[in-house]
Amino acid sequence: MGAYTMRSLRLLPFLMLVGGGPALAQSPTYGVGRTPSAEEIRAWDISISPTGEELPPGRGTVTEGARVYRLRCARCHGADGTEGRAPRLVKRERGPDVHPWSLGRILPIRSPYATTVWDYINRGMPLNREGTLTADEVYALTALLLYWNDVIAEDEVLDAQSLPMVEMPNRDAWAPLPDWKPGMPRLRGYPY
Amino acid sequence: MGLKQPDRRAFLKRGAALAGGLSLGAVEPAIGQTPASGQSVEGQDYSSEELIAYGQRSRFVTSKRIPHGGRPSPDEFDLVFHVAAPLQDSVGVITPSALHYVGTTRGSFVPDIDPKEHRLMIHGMVDRDLIFTMEELKRLPSVTRLHFIECAGNRSNRRHTTVQETHGMTSCAEWTGVLLSTLLEEVGVQDGGTWIVAEGVEEVKGASSLPMAKAMDDILVAYAMNGEPIRPQQGFPLRLVVPGFEGILSVKWLRRIKVVDRFYMTYNDYGHLRRDPDDAALSYQIGPKSVITFPSGGQQLPGTGFYEVSGLAWSGGGAVSRVEVSTDGGESWMDAEIRGTPHRMAHTRFSFNWTWDGTEAELQSRCTDELGQVQPSRAQVAEFWGRPGVRGQDNSIQPWRIASDGSVHNAIS
Repeated sequence: MGAYTMRSLRLLPFLMLVGGGPALAQSPTYGVGRTPSAEEIRAWDISISPTGEELPPGRGTVTEGARVYRLRCARCHGADGTEGRAPRLVKRERGPDVHPWSLGRILPIRSPYATTVWDYINRGMPLNREGTLTADEVYALTALLLYWNDVIAEDEVLDAQSLPMVEMPNRDAWAPLPDWKPGMPRLRGYPY
Repeated sequence: MGLKQPDRRAFLKRGAALAGGLSLGAVEPAIGQTPASGQSVEGQDYSSEELIAYGQRSRFVTSKRIPHGGRPSPDEFDLVFHVAAPLQDSVGVITPSALHYVGTTRGSFVPDIDPKEHRLMIHGMVDRDLIFTMEELKRLPSVTRLHFIECAGNRSNRRHTTVQETHGMTSCAEWTGVLLSTLLEEVGVQDGGTWIVAEGVEEVKGASSLPMAKAMDDILVAYAMNGEPIRPQQGFPLRLVVPGFEGILSVKWLRRIKVVDRFYMTYNDYGHLRRDPDDAALSYQIGPKSVITFPSGGQQLPGTGFYEVSGLAWSGGGAVSRVEVSTDGGESWMDAEIRGTPHRMAHTRFSFNWTWDGTEAELQSRCTDELGQVQPSRAQVAEFWGRPGVRGQDNSIQPWRIASDGSVHNAIS
């Protein structure tokens, strides 16, 4: 903090001269670290926003998803996503009146955004072979899981534009996290 | 030193054998060579070159972690899931690194990371993206702080028998690293950068969203734990320590922080979604909590008389300000003594002098933190939710029943 202030003060006359007021608070203090290349950022930037802005080019269909699933997923999740050693992928009950929260912790149902399904498969699957699926394959598997759970129709094509637009059944049925501030108690009225 | 050592070792072993042999006869204890007493012929040699270079505990100390929640670690896929710390054996407030609880979301392999190759990248809504080597991070101003980390799944129930089962998914260590705020000021957070996504380098690249208010407040980018580099199971070479928040947010094997404009609903976020706003409000910040570690479930009091009752208290809301103990099942409460200085978001040791008269008793402890939050009983929690059991992050009071034979039992009904 001390170093930061001193450096800022030294820069002050110069910044006033060129009228760079806003840059004052933003100058680096320590000058440690280097700037990553655009390629380095692209290679690591795998968190997918609900807006889908980080989604890579590519596309996938339910049919392609079924082919990829047989090769890369069925061994652990079972032939149709309902059996096997790994978690179940398809809801047990069907019908418009069943609330998504009553269907258990099944990713393509519980998740409020289809981008989360894409992100999860992309970073976490297949077990022990993470990172080996192509973008097209992840789009295709996402399409298959959403189709199996009655979220999209069989002929839908998912890509960077259509995926964020998918209306997930749990889209608005989750509680936002608290607007946390330092020194804040957890919940007023909770038995303290 | 090296030349003499083998001879000395051999001598000590002979001495031990001698003492062991003679002890069968009536040898006077006044013999004076106490180091050999109690040592057996097959005993561990603690003066080997290897153990002089890097020590280990006595073979008579067997305290260990256990798989938590009924799922083995490693599991059938060799993944490590939840492993609980032996709080029943704890003293003071530091959990030894080798006994610190381990938690992972879906199960994880523990990566083997060369620190020379490891990088931390900070990018997104910042004035300048930066990538740091470990060496560069260690050049920056550091802080050293005591903090507990607790898994949100650290819930007690009546089927648990020991404090390791009821509360073993919390631990406390001394962490050293750079404040995340230092790094964020270095990159310059842009207007609208209200969240960060923090991500590890392990096979699933576990990631969580965190609010900028917390990131700028007290989050640590830690490279050391209890005076040594963080151990692999705890995130070597770099992890977040998010003081007082659910353990899952303290991202291990940290390689990337992205400054973003919204909650990203990423890998670990999705698994912690809540439907009920009150449940969500209880989610981030661990509530005021305490548990008596001695005497605790499964232990045995050898007889009536004096005992120092001892336990741990902590809160995600700050420092522990008060701990009370009841010996009559919560009918009456007396102040416990807080041992040492309570640190913010850190385990705090308390004790209570107690003379057991041999009649059945029920021990409980209750924590109050600096915000005035008080640890609730299970009955109070059930009343709040309008149904039995504990919903939300479980910080309820743990009762231990001392039977008249001195055995100690979980008294959750």
